[in-house]
Amino acid sequence: MTDLTELGVAAIRDGVRSGAFSAVEVADAFVVKVAKAKHLNAFLVETPDHALAAARAADAARAGGQTLKPLAGVPIGMKDLFCTKGVATTAASHILEGFVPTYESTISQKLWDAGAGMLGKLNMDQFAMGSSNETSAFGNVISPWRRPGSDAPLAPGGSSGGSSSAVAAGLCPGATGTDTGGSIRQPAAFTGISGIKPTYGRCSRWGTIAFASSLDQAGPMARDVRDCAILLEAMAGFDAKDATSLQLDVPRWEQGLSGDLRGVRVGIPREYRFEGSGDGLNYDLEGLASIGATWKAGIDWLRDAGAEIVEVSLPHTKYALPAYYIIAPAEASSNLARYDGVRYGLRDLPEGAGLQDMYAATRAAGFGPEVKRRIMIGTYVLSAGFYDAYYTQAQKVRTLIARDFERAWETCDVLLTPTAPSAAFALGEKSADPIAMYLNDVFTVPSSLAGLPAMSVPGGLDKQGLPLGLQIIGKPLDEQGVLNAGLAIEQRAGFVARPQAWW
Amino acid sequence: MSDYRIQGATGEWEVVIGLEVHAQVTSNAKLFSGAATAFGAEPNTQVSLVDAAMPGMLPVPNMECIRQAVRTGMAIDATINRWSRFDRKNYFYADLPQGYQISQLYHPLVGEGAIEISPDDRNPDATKTIGVERIHVEQDAGKLMHDQHPTRSYVDLNRSGVALMEIVSRPDMRSPAEAGAYLRKLRAILRYVGSCDGNMEEGSMRADVNVSVRKVGDELGTRTETKNVNSVRFVMAAIEYEAKRQVEVIEDGGRIVQETRLFNVESGTTRSMRSKEDAHDYRYFPDPDLLPLELEEAFLADCRASLPELPDAKRKRYEGLGISAYQADVLTAEVEAARWFDALLEAGAKPVAAANWTTSELFGALNRTGRDIATSPVSPSQAAELLALVADGTLSGSLAKQVFEVMLETGDAPARIVEDRGLKQTSDTGAILAVIAEVIARSPNQLAQYRGGKETLFGYFVGQTMKAMGGKANPAVVNELLKKALA
Repeated sequence: MTDLTELGVAAIRDGVRSGAFSAVEVADAFVVKVAKAKHLNAFLVETPDHALAAARAADAARAGGQTLKPLAGVPIGMKDLFCTKGVATTAASHILEGFVPTYESTISQKLWDAGAGMLGKLNMDQFAMGSSNETSAFGNVISPWRRPGSDAPLAPGGSSGGSSSAVAAGLCPGATGTDTGGSIRQPAAFTGISGIKPTYGRCSRWGTIAFASSLDQAGPMARDVRDCAILLEAMAGFDAKDATSLQLDVPRWEQGLSGDLRGVRVGIPREYRFEGSGDGLNYDLEGLASIGATWKAGIDWLRDAGAEIVEVSLPHTKYALPAYYIIAPAEASSNLARYDGVRYGLRDLPEGAGLQDMYAATRAAGFGPEVKRRIMIGTYVLSAGFYDAYYTQAQKVRTLIARDFERAWETCDVLLTPTAPSAAFALGEKSADPIAMYLNDVFTVPSSLAGLPAMSVPGGLDKQGLPLGLQIIGKPLDEQGVLNAGLAIEQRAGFVARPQAWW
Repeated sequence: MSDYRIQGATGEWEVVIGLEVHAQVTSNAKLFSGAATAFGAEPNTQVSLVDAAMPGMLPVPNMECIRQAVRTGMAIDATINRWSRFDRKNYFYADLPQGYQISQLYHPLVGEGAIEISPDDRNPDATKTIGVERIHVEQDAGKLMHDQHPTRSYVDLNRSGVALMEIVSRPDMRSPAEAGAYLRKLRAILRYVGSCDGNMEEGSMRADVNVSVRKVGDELGTRTETKNVNSVRFVMAAIEYEAKRQVEVIEDGGRIVQETRLFNVESGTTRSMRSKEDAHDYRYFPDPDLLPLELEEAFLADCRASLPELPDAKRKRYEGLGISAYQADVLTAEVEAARWFDALLEAGAKPVAAANWTTSELFGALNRTGRDIATSPVSPSQAAELLALVADGTLSGSLAKQVFEVMLETGDAPARIVEDRGLKQTSDTGAILAVIAEVIARSPNQLAQYRGGKETLFGYFVGQTMKAMGGKANPAVVNELLKKALA
């Protein structure tokens, strides 16, 4: 019998439905694989019982002749940003150590309602702040990929690094991620998998620990485009408990999948051809050259799929990253104020301390350096005397970025860009330089600011044999267009490389 | 208009007052969560996950609270902003679980409006208009309890997230009396509209009092803000104290600093809480969890249609019915009394007689028995019945008083009381004439004096006749017959 952990979401779903194997067999296989992969540090909590219970329910439903739920028999990994009832949820921060929610996030509940089971809670950058998973309070996640001839641990990307590492290593067929400025797409690109961030408002934020409310969106990460479509269908949908949730029906994205792009206009944004100069920042030129070649291949594949390629201009792109690193920290500085040691999580109460001392001690001990940095940046940009110069200005930029995209949609239907400026870097390589780290988001942030659906699919390998991702950005609510363009690339890229198990 | 002045060593000072009133919105659920809002519940029994700011929780606006604030705005003829937005006011405190209060700084729900006040209740037609700058909605905080443990403070989050309207006046008031009249009028409007119960003892309404002083005609002085004053009387006392204090400071060569102060109920004084220098930087910014609040025309139309007749309109209507300005003012001051009186009119009572009776007999009796109109043992329809018995001559004024006393005691209907106790007034001339004849027969001296020109003795004969008839004779008939008999 084949190794069931080689199967993706669709294959498992179909196999359980047809009776080719049982859901419990699938769950068992993944549970064993997760247990053996501790070296990757992808999971913060393992929940084999949850996965097995869902599997048993699926098998019982099939035995009883009932119609199986859309994700019956599919075990998944859950990013630790989603609150899960009765299962410790920390956002990979000490400040929430020991916190066990009494409630289930809308996203996780929808997945359980669709029949999925949970293999465990996935490690991540602390409070989703990071691009390498090095800000987790519970240790780095390690990418299953390695450079040839080197055993230097590589970054799985971030902040959904546990998700990317686990999916790439075959520890789960799919996982949830969240994306604020690229946290689904960049780790997907780093690990050779697919991931989609839907239109802002498609997925409920209720029960998801907030980083930057106006940007945070949940989305799936999986081995291919179809699996992403299946998972996203289960996750998306209106939620009255989230005031920013869109009151729209969920399209049948899987059914609508087609790699035939005849009649589709694909825009290539001129400004994404970073030459590594002009804005004074220190880009990885070699990485950019490498990703440039993959980008060019992507253009050819989409043309081959029938698409018309057009050049477009997004003139305010270079302001996106600075604007993002004002808006996101500003919101975070306020969103994270609730972690104060009063009601839950860590409390550090020094002898004789007053309330202010307790706040200071708790937050000093509970938050990691990157979280503190962003709280301080956010506090600064919202302060009296600086608000207009930073926050108001950044909001104006955000409006201009959104307008850039609106103009682009006049001449094209989707955009093709690189996902990240380079392939995965080694752990520790960029952690000393926050700005260099922030540059990872340069291609993903503009669509986040505009609230647009965007996904990353594998485009190939760089010279070192590491995966590179291509990003497709779509019009508001046009996840279908994004998925279809992703599928067209997937069908032509022939991306079959998998990391060799060394863990 | 106000001639209220502080007499200082250097001359007369004028007081300038603005009030920020926090009024708790009457609603079953909180502003952004489904938790209950009842007063007096056990600590932390009305707290949702949102109110406790658990990770991942999100606010969802309760449209009933928005509706009440819009109706309040409409009641003071204010601009309703069809597009408004919520902002976060960031600060750390143990009674503020989120670490921020959701409020509206930049784009409030309600804009400019006005309230007409009558500072002199003996002269309700002498009015003054006080501007209202804005009304915005915001969350209340929880409550710290310092008396539960020797070294620890406890937090009760029942109030956390309850909807408040902050009603900000212009600095248009010039005396404690005007501030008192403004608060009473605002309270009356809120209670008419039903958007706040106006219960100051339970904290449903509290005021931040901004006071400054200046020489008449000068520029505005620096103001202080005395926080959370919770009765009309205390607001007036705080203004009086604060104005005098400021005059003294200035006349002693000092300077008023912009600061937040607290009112001490026992001593009637204010003391500094914190100055502007160590004020928080609240880092207000639009709440990214909430979309801008956009109100549809249908929603506004519904709010408008649901507004009741308001105190000023009602007072004018009463005056139009011939009721005196003073009585109209008294009858409309409290919404329950006004509703009671309206029901009395609807039951057919004649307006002037009804107003006289209600303001003297009914209010007097309620006062005497320590009750309010809501617990009046006499219903409007019973009162209308009583007044009808007077109007048709069945009861004299004094008989009506007797019947009313019985009504107060038993709650019985007046017709039944009249029937059971035989209190019906008689206009039977035969019976009255017989009694008169008897009275005259046993009062020869009085008769002689009366006929000799001592006309004041007429009252003696009336009294004797009424007494002999057990008070039931129609006084008009008695008068008429006596006049003839004594002539």
